[in-house]
Amino acid sequence: MLDSLLNALGGLGTSPEMLALFVGFGLVVGVLFGFFGMGGSFLVTPALLMLDYEPSVAVGSGMAFVFGTAVIATLKHHDLGQVDYKLGAIMITGTTIGIEAGRASVYYLESMGLAGGIISIAYVVLLGGVGAMVTRDALNSDGGGGIDHEAADKDLDEYEIPEIAKTIQQTVRIPPMVTLRGDVRVSAWVITAVAFATGLLSGFLGVGGGFIRMPAMIYAIGVPVPVAVGTDLFEIVFSGGLGSYLYGQGGGVNLGIVAPLLFGSALGARIGSAATAVVDADGIKIYFGGMLLIGAIAVGIGEIGSYVGSPTLELIGLVLVIGAAVVVAFAILYTTISSLRQKRHQGTTVTD
Amino acid sequence: MAGLEIPTWDPETALLIGTILLEAIVLYVGYGGLERLFGPYLMKLLVGGEANAR
Repeated sequence: MLDSLLNALGGLGTSPEMLALFVGFGLVVGVLFGFFGMGGSFLVTPALLMLDYEPSVAVGSGMAFVFGTAVIATLKHHDLGQVDYKLGAIMITGTTIGIEAGRASVYYLESMGLAGGIISIAYVVLLGGVGAMVTRDALNSDGGGGIDHEAADKDLDEYEIPEIAKTIQQTVRIPPMVTLRGDVRVSAWVITAVAFATGLLSGFLGVGGGFIRMPAMIYAIGVPVPVAVGTDLFEIVFSGGLGSYLYGQGGGVNLGIVAPLLFGSALGARIGSAATAVVDADGIKIYFGGMLLIGAIAVGIGEIGSYVGSPTLELIGLVLVIGAAVVVAFAILYTTISSLRQKRHQGTTVTD
Repeated sequence: MAGLEIPTWDPETALLIGTILLEAIVLYVGYGGLERLFGPYLMKLLVGGEANAR
């Protein structure tokens, strides 16, 4: 048993340079996750694909990383009372079936030799789509994309249910109906459908699915933002755990990748989360959207490089995807420290 | 649904996932402790003076 763990560890085969790279990348991903409440984790799988890991290892290890990150974040949200366990339990059922269907399709495509290409294309579409949406929102208004940090301070009853959610609640009244936190009453089938669709993406791409599930919970189910965030994380613990277990059985989880990534991201998430108390997220949201768009282009370039057999293009793709994440993480840190110094300077001036 | 598979009990994989779970809990507790111990000092170092952002 220990032998297999050491094999899975792969740590003995992971060079110090790669360990340092994974810790550093984990730190960057953690800062993004802690600050925006989403985003960083779905950069891991494409980066691993570009580092020439097998698609099942890239997706499996990406999912195991998401699982570890979700455990840490859920512990924090549980302390804040922002987890709806009833909603979480129903979501878990739908997501489990979705993940399994997604995972089966990865292995099926891998047996046909198409997995790497199709997963990369799906990433290009997904990152491009979400990136464009977040950038548009950031340019147009102060809403959309990521967590509304100020919203976390409001009472759950004070939240307005979005119009789309109200319509869904009034039209889809197939029993059993369930009452959720914040006095939301919705059909269990709506919750299950949302869970299945996002689980499918989760299993196929090795992502937590939070960046789709969270807006879906808010707009399709109508739960308050903090409850959506907390419950989503609670659900990722189970879906990510199960997904990692299934990939692990097929040898798809490499602890030599996951452990250093987690080591860096746990620290980064604390820094990113602390930064939200100082910096207005809206100002940086545009960088986040830009990062996703660059990530989409990078995966595309890497895939073309792999198709035409050009290592230079593959390297450019890798540098772009990691570089974009690093730039945004540094922008957050720089803005945070600058804001703190400015506040302190203002405080000193007032005192004088 | 075609291709669906019921997860079977595999102690080796369970150990692997358990290790990740344990690492996550240790990191949450460990970094939390480090933040309480060195957070104020680090803030002072970065910002200078008595910063009290968190």
